[in-house]
Amino acid sequence: MSRPVIHATSVARIARGHRLQYEPAQDCHVLLYPEGMVTLNEPATEILTRCDGQRSVATVCELISAEFGGADVSDDVYEFLRLAISHGWVVIG
Amino acid sequence: MTQPLRHDAQTIARPLWLLAELTYACPLQCPYCSNPTEMAQIGAEMTTDDWFKVLREARELGAAQLGLSGGEPLVRRDLEAIVAEGARLGYYSNLITSGIGMDEARVNALAEAGLDHIQISFQASNAERNNFLAGSNTFEQKKAMARAIKAAGYPMVLNIVLHRHNIDDIDDIIAMAESLDADYVELANTQYYGWAWHNRAQLLPTREQLNHAESVTTRYRDNGGRMKLYFVVPDYYQDRPKACMSGWGDLFLNVAPDGLALPCHAARQLPGIEFPDVREHDIAWIWNESPAFNHFRGFDWMAEPCRSCVEKHDDFGGCRCQAFMLTGDMYATDPVCAKSPSHHLITDVVAEANAPTSARAEAQPIVFRNPKNSKRLHATPPAGER
Repeated sequence: MSRPVIHATSVARIARGHRLQYEPAQDCHVLLYPEGMVTLNEPATEILTRCDGQRSVATVCELISAEFGGADVSDDVYEFLRLAISHGWVVIG
Repeated sequence: MTQPLRHDAQTIARPLWLLAELTYACPLQCPYCSNPTEMAQIGAEMTTDDWFKVLREARELGAAQLGLSGGEPLVRRDLEAIVAEGARLGYYSNLITSGIGMDEARVNALAEAGLDHIQISFQASNAERNNFLAGSNTFEQKKAMARAIKAAGYPMVLNIVLHRHNIDDIDDIIAMAESLDADYVELANTQYYGWAWHNRAQLLPTREQLNHAESVTTRYRDNGGRMKLYFVVPDYYQDRPKACMSGWGDLFLNVAPDGLALPCHAARQLPGIEFPDVREHDIAWIWNESPAFNHFRGFDWMAEPCRSCVEKHDDFGGCRCQAFMLTGDMYATDPVCAKSPSHHLITDVVAEANAPTSARAEAQPIVFRNPKNSKRLHATPPAGER
């Protein structure tokens, strides 16, 4: 698969057939999909819970940055989103 | 599909995956069915409320994936209610169906109830073979339902169980899936449990058949085919056993139609293990405390060559049911493993399947899965069986 291209204006959303939810029993967020599940760590949770199909990637970065004292998180966000797209968890547009 | 549920080893194992076998009733008679051949003797099905209790208690324990299976789950008139309760509790639900008992209104009702995913099975790529293997005239209905599922906004997930009698149609099967606009196609070679075990000589493909099917699948992928194909190889053609259920009582909780809680759908046959009834115990006790679910946890139960094998962490000694069915000893190494002293039990069957004319296949007719054959096969229950 070619490397996914993400722009600041790109809008990311959870892929069809996938569901992001909080799991009380595990005290963490997970991504559920047909016969599978990934347990998300905190950075992944911060990113995916903001990918609502409305906000641009730039906005997602800003929101997370604001949450973490203005730190530049864009490299981490882009890197994770590329991974998430290559796994089919997230789609652009 | 093939991506297994995973969880890291540090956490306490949870029954992340609940398979609810709602009924053993099925309008089809597929001779490769993994349901127990003694299904006609198995007790009455649980009520809707019994299932609600199972869903609730398993969810509290962390179950997130809910498979709704059978038999044919659509036979249950309360399927929509069970789906709705699963959705309310936060399960990701997957209906595993033949499409028989479905119409467009029911697809929509299930979607309305919150069903996340549907997987529909086909027996073959043409009406004649499909209807022969299913023991019923169902091919056109299946195609109509596949389209209805897609029209309701679900991804189209086809499952075709492969065996000696349909594996050579692999090109046609892929073409049929294309014509139905499938997104995912599971090409699952038969696993030899239940009825399939009984029909093993009739169903096991030759090595040549298997290689051909695999190469056609690979060619489709290499040519950039749109659908995602999963090809599940039959373990009889491998020399290491599968990590059955990702380990006993590690991830997977199967609840049978009569309320028996099982670590896998075939475990009922294992002798001397008393599997708990979900109506008599709560799921937390069953999962954490019951002797049945602890029986093959860890490695202490193992005999050689598994006990000292470096690969035991990868495959857990293989499948307990397969070890029992083939050797009569449920503690034995799965004979699929080339290290097993009983590996010849696999290679002999494979050699027979590859003989110019398979004597056993000709001598023994296919036994279709139906209540009449179930009663006939179990007229006198063998000693030690439930």
